[in-house]
Amino acid sequence: MNSISITPSEFSEMEKNDAETIEKPKLSTVDSAVHSSESLKTVKTTDTQTVDKSRKNPYETMGEIWSMSFIRSLIIPIVGVFMFLGVWHIGASQVQTSLGTLPGPVQVWTQFNGLIQEHQQERAKETAFYERQDARNAKKLANNPDAVVKIRPYTGSPTFFDQIITSLITVMTGFILASLIAIPLGIICGMSAGLYAAINPLIQIFKPVSPLAWLPLVTIVVSAVVVTSDPYFPKAFIISAITVTLCCLWPTVINTTIGVSQIDNDLINVSKVLRLNWFTKVRKIVLPSAVPMIFGGLRLSLGIGWMVLIAAEMLAQNPGLGKFVWDEFQNGSSNSLGRIMVAVIVIGLIGYLLDKVMLILQKKVSWDKNAALR
Amino acid sequence: MKDEHLILTEVTIDFPTKNGPFRALDKVNLNIKKGEFVSLIGHSGCGKSTVLNIVAGLHQATEGGVILDGREVNEPGPERAVVFQHHSLLPWLTTYQNVELAVKQIFKGKKSKAEVKDWVEYNLELVHMSHALDKLPAEISGGMKQRVGIARALAMEPVVLLMDEPFGALDALTRAHLQDSLMEIQDNLGNTVIMITHDVDEAVLLSDRIVMMTNGPAATIGEILSVDLDKPRNRIELADDPQYNHYRSEVLRFLYERHALPEKAA
Repeated sequence: MNSISITPSEFSEMEKNDAETIEKPKLSTVDSAVHSSESLKTVKTTDTQTVDKSRKNPYETMGEIWSMSFIRSLIIPIVGVFMFLGVWHIGASQVQTSLGTLPGPVQVWTQFNGLIQEHQQERAKETAFYERQDARNAKKLANNPDAVVKIRPYTGSPTFFDQIITSLITVMTGFILASLIAIPLGIICGMSAGLYAAINPLIQIFKPVSPLAWLPLVTIVVSAVVVTSDPYFPKAFIISAITVTLCCLWPTVINTTIGVSQIDNDLINVSKVLRLNWFTKVRKIVLPSAVPMIFGGLRLSLGIGWMVLIAAEMLAQNPGLGKFVWDEFQNGSSNSLGRIMVAVIVIGLIGYLLDKVMLILQKKVSWDKNAALR
Repeated sequence: MKDEHLILTEVTIDFPTKNGPFRALDKVNLNIKKGEFVSLIGHSGCGKSTVLNIVAGLHQATEGGVILDGREVNEPGPERAVVFQHHSLLPWLTTYQNVELAVKQIFKGKKSKAEVKDWVEYNLELVHMSHALDKLPAEISGGMKQRVGIARALAMEPVVLLMDEPFGALDALTRAHLQDSLMEIQDNLGNTVIMITHDVDEAVLLSDRIVMMTNGPAATIGEILSVDLDKPRNRIELADDPQYNHYRSEVLRFLYERHALPEKAA
């Protein structure tokens, strides 16, 4: 096949029978073309296809262009995923571990459904618990209107989905905290070369520090400083969030600094001619012009924060996804490997979704609509 | 007093470089009357922009200084509004908002909300941009952006309007169109204007005086040509006017014979 561009029917031909030449029976070509056009929603004459391929412009119709992008954006990725699942399926069955064979996609899917069921059961138990409690209290009050009614919270163990929520809350807390520090710091660094020179070495030194190195420090400091036992802010949560903050500060600081220092000199001159005061200048000129760069930094930061969170939760025992993985690892049942794999995939998917959300936000606030954001 | 409007006295500027100070301008003396339209012309790198930036207050003269209406110029200010070469509109603000930012800043507490709105719209009307109030700079053409830049500068009610090659980046037709607009506006408002240009025709057509600068380093004023053509001027009528062509050839002679490109002179 020496054609440079591949039309859908050619593509399907290639897939089906690469070795066969053009002289193959017309009927089978029609057949394969019909198959492909079924899935790609393109209707075309199959005769010209077989007779002479080189003469035909591959982008003859809008439908073809559309179907090309359709192939590229959907079909090929799906093929890639299925190939991966296949390799995983075959490869996993070859690996024997102390907990049995490494689970393949099917077992992981079963585990995922198991986790959903557990979650539903736990919710049902919780509802039942509260119903019982309400009934008991109602009865008590009916007998004696002055009775002191106790309402106890349900204390069942958190399910996988509760842990996802905990992780999301923790990472967002750490990330927002980091942004609140990093953006102002970056703006100041970007506007003052002297301050940047002073802070830059610190950024460079702290940036590569692993969350695992921060964690013991943070744990000891938080344990010493936080003395309340407020149930809404458990220590494990604070430790995890602060570790996330420490690790995801840097990309935003660096990007904001670069964004601010790269402002068009003409715009700075405009602010000088208008005699804008410092605050107005930052608000009206510096910040908007650095917004695309700041958001680039925020996206990097959130990505790092999510990665760091899992490690932090493992060691700080914050009841999130990290703790889930750790507990399953310690548990070592026949289900554990499958459940950890579920967690790995869910962690990946959530990380991807977080990035997508940031991308949507970035597109919303960015004035440079021509910039290619991906 | 009327003669003492904008005075540049012995303006000299040195820029620090690795090999010691570099003298960009040497003893520039210029006296500009109120309402006068002055063009600065010269080859690239002859310090035209530096002169303008010193008057704007964006650069500080090493020696000498600038006095505007009896006050020394030390810092930028809206009474010396600048139209930059590359429009320098804020890309995230619409046409209207770009002008509004300047108006709000300069007439803080002096104009009511309605007056601000009227003034913004009035100035955009002056440059014929009323049809694109809600467009972002990226959505309008280069000529339109430059119009908005001029509207923003005019909205500051400047005593002196400083223009740094305002039409340099535009095509010939758009440029001619904007030159006509500028002549009309200056005729109505009577601002003092200092404009940098590379374009001989533009200089002769618009100016009362053309300041021709020698080549750097240590550039200074080589010659000043007074253009005594009646205003308003019409570019088509002037094309065959012997007086106009005389001025034109004067400037050309200065630029290409007496102060040829630095490489040739060396």
